[in-house]
Amino acid sequence: MDPTKDQLISLYRTMQTIRLFEERIVDLYARGEVPGLAHLYIGEEAVAAGVCAVLTDDDYITSTHRGHGHVIAKGTELEPMMAELFGKKTGCCKGKGGSMHIADMDRGILGANGIAGGGLPIAVGAAWSSKWRATNQVTACFFGDDSSSNGTFHESLNLASLHKLPVVFVCENNGYGISVCQAKCTPVTDVASRAVAYEMPGVVVDGNNVLEVYEAAAKAVKRARAGEGPTLIECKTYRWRGHHEGDPNQGARYRTKEEIQAWKEKCPIERFRKKMLKDRITTKKSLGKIDDDISEAISEAVKFAQESDFPAVEEMYDDIYV
Amino acid sequence: MREITYCDALNEALRQCMQEDDRVVVLGEDIGCYGGIFQVTKGLLDEFGPDRIVDTPIAEAGFVGACVGAALTGMRPVAEIMFIDFTTVCMDMIVNQMAKMHYMFGGKGRVPMVLRTNIGAGRGTAAQHSQSFHSFFAHMPGLVVAAPATPYDAKGLLTEAIKNDNPVIFVEHKRLYISKGPVPEESYTIPFGKAEIKREGRDVTIVATHALVGSALEAAEQASKEGIEAEVIDPRTLSPLDKDTILNSVQKTGRLLVADEDNKTYGFAAEISAIVAEEAIYYLKAPIIRNASPDTPVPFSPPLEKAYMFGKEALMESIRRLMAYA
Repeated sequence: MDPTKDQLISLYRTMQTIRLFEERIVDLYARGEVPGLAHLYIGEEAVAAGVCAVLTDDDYITSTHRGHGHVIAKGTELEPMMAELFGKKTGCCKGKGGSMHIADMDRGILGANGIAGGGLPIAVGAAWSSKWRATNQVTACFFGDDSSSNGTFHESLNLASLHKLPVVFVCENNGYGISVCQAKCTPVTDVASRAVAYEMPGVVVDGNNVLEVYEAAAKAVKRARAGEGPTLIECKTYRWRGHHEGDPNQGARYRTKEEIQAWKEKCPIERFRKKMLKDRITTKKSLGKIDDDISEAISEAVKFAQESDFPAVEEMYDDIYV
Repeated sequence: MREITYCDALNEALRQCMQEDDRVVVLGEDIGCYGGIFQVTKGLLDEFGPDRIVDTPIAEAGFVGACVGAALTGMRPVAEIMFIDFTTVCMDMIVNQMAKMHYMFGGKGRVPMVLRTNIGAGRGTAAQHSQSFHSFFAHMPGLVVAAPATPYDAKGLLTEAIKNDNPVIFVEHKRLYISKGPVPEESYTIPFGKAEIKREGRDVTIVATHALVGSALEAAEQASKEGIEAEVIDPRTLSPLDKDTILNSVQKTGRLLVADEDNKTYGFAAEISAIVAEEAIYYLKAPIIRNASPDTPVPFSPPLEKAYMFGKEALMESIRRLMAYA
């Protein structure tokens, strides 16, 4: 069950790809190259990386408005992804979806979702579909802490448990539903405690520890594949940026600089990097090479997006119907 | 040809599609041993078992959303929503997910699912079990909206809806479930976006939907005795809409009556009127008339509900008003 050396390095690469991708978006957004809303995943990388590492290419995920990390971790190529954020024709959704609707059906990515709680019933349906079609696929369903206040959370966990569907519910608890802290939204501190009501295991993990996430996800996926039903995993984490780019002073209206700093000190990537070096899994030099390769790939993706055409105006009317 | 009810025609479409294609599953409230509130799914549980005929909890957003996810990943689910009134509790799944995914994903994902539901007042079930707001769904790009008025159309349109790769809101009508008509035994489809001229006439065009197609035909028979020949058009799908058949008829008759049970303001009747006003106004010999439901919630008290509803008599009055213009 323990990850191999290659898997450990792969976890690092995924987290760092997400981080560097998002940092590039900060810059591109500020310069007006990426339009619309960009909800960045910086600080939460260990969740997407840890969960997607235990999925196969055929497995499904549903994502959220803060979906870049999930999409990268599930294996979408950076070029069409970046082009989508630019609204370009070469984007993975031909520029029709943008940041909040990135989907990649070839990699089982059933869409980021602009509606909080919107992905949960869809994940249940994908898992049900695998059961009906008698495949071995599992669906991982990412959602935020405050989506657990939505009716779809309860309806979905109920249905999934009732029919023992192969789905893993992954709650990314970053402490805030936009600007409102969790204590003002739910009487429970641990979203995972809600699993009790649906007769499924509920697990709390340190969402800034990629190995803890990996281990919990591996166990839940194994259970799902064996036909034993769903698991709710709650990953305690934090978003470093504001709710979206443009949220004044990274959310200063509703949280303190000290709070943000305290979480930055628990950086999931830095912690994992230190651990790998301490355990002599790899060297600083090797990690530096990985970082350089990622930066180069992102630069290429940006170049690809910049040089791509916008869709022609008449393409607005394409793909409304099959 | 044998005659069966609208309800049995729908049942037969479901049965034949399920026999033909394992990907077809049905989810809904009380659709199993109960057979569905209007008996549309009766007997299907025995034939196909509880894995494919799924009694769901009363959780519309959950199971309609599950149909979206299943459709996106290779199934052809059919959801039954007991009354159209209950679609409001899963509107996000319909409007933001089901209708939008194909477009938002750049044409790469498909949502081949059907959401069956029904409209119609007249059962004393008041404001939350009697509404007819089907126009709302036709307002949403990405959805097909089917509106069968006869047993023949019910079977053919439902079979098409299940085989079609687009998401379909399939709007049945409560009063029609027991109506009978000729229906072929073999499976067949009716293409979307093709209206049917149910009766030809030279003087007045009546565009009617659902139960009002029957009322329009009755009114046309009576009008004929008064020397007025009405043409009755049933669009059969509200989206896509067969505009050409309607416009061609209006060009011939110069008079338009739209009969639809949605509330009058901003409804289907308003849309048809607007299309004709935009594209065929110079052919009109008289103002357009809309016979639609009053802009009130459906009242409970029997005399009020009776006043809320309308049929042949109201249509006759409108026909005479239209004919008052030379």
